Amino acid sequence: MSSFLIGAACFVLAATALGLLRILRGPGDADRMMAAQLLGTGGVATLLLLAAAVQSPAIVDVALLLALLAAFASVAFVNSASHSQVKASPAMDPP
Amino acid sequence: MTAVPYIFTVIAISAGAFFFLAGTVGLLRFPDTLTRLHALTKADNLGLGLIVFGLLPLVEWPFGAFKLISVWLLLQLSGSIVAQLIANFVRREEAHE
Repeated sequence: MSSFLIGAACFVLAATALGLLRILRGPGDADRMMAAQLLGTGGVATLLLLAAAVQSPAIVDVALLLALLAAFASVAFVNSASHSQVKASPAMDPP
Repeated sequence: MTAVPYIFTVIAISAGAFFFLAGTVGLLRFPDTLTRLHALTKADNLGLGLIVFGLLPLVEWPFGAFKLISVWLLLQLSGSIVAQLIANFVRREEAHE
């Protein structure tokens, strides 16, 4: 059973790593942030599978922390990007 | 007798991994930002949900299972909030152009 779980973890990790190509290609900031969001979810799934495979429940705590940090990262991105959006629109006509 | 939860686990985890692959392919292949967001949320919700569902018979019953479910609920909540925020951001960006 544990070899199946490790195989599934490797598969999910490979799929997530493939999704990181979107960070390279862009084109917008939102696309890059969505790839990072996919990395967060895929990382959590990989960690949960590994925790069951090696029978070590502490890894579930790491997954919980990664889920929390991924959520904060995306919210911080939208917050700061909206601020720069608001600032960018009056800056179109120079003083 | 003991093989039944294993079969369930194998099926659910394989389906979850398939949805992760589908999310990645959608993120790479779809033409614009909002359709990519759609593919990403499918991977988030169905992929992780099915993997957590498949792992439930393997963990110790009361606390391990509740912890797995709470990880899934946290990601469900944050994923839906982040999807709304990113879609709103993309729409305002398009309105600016």
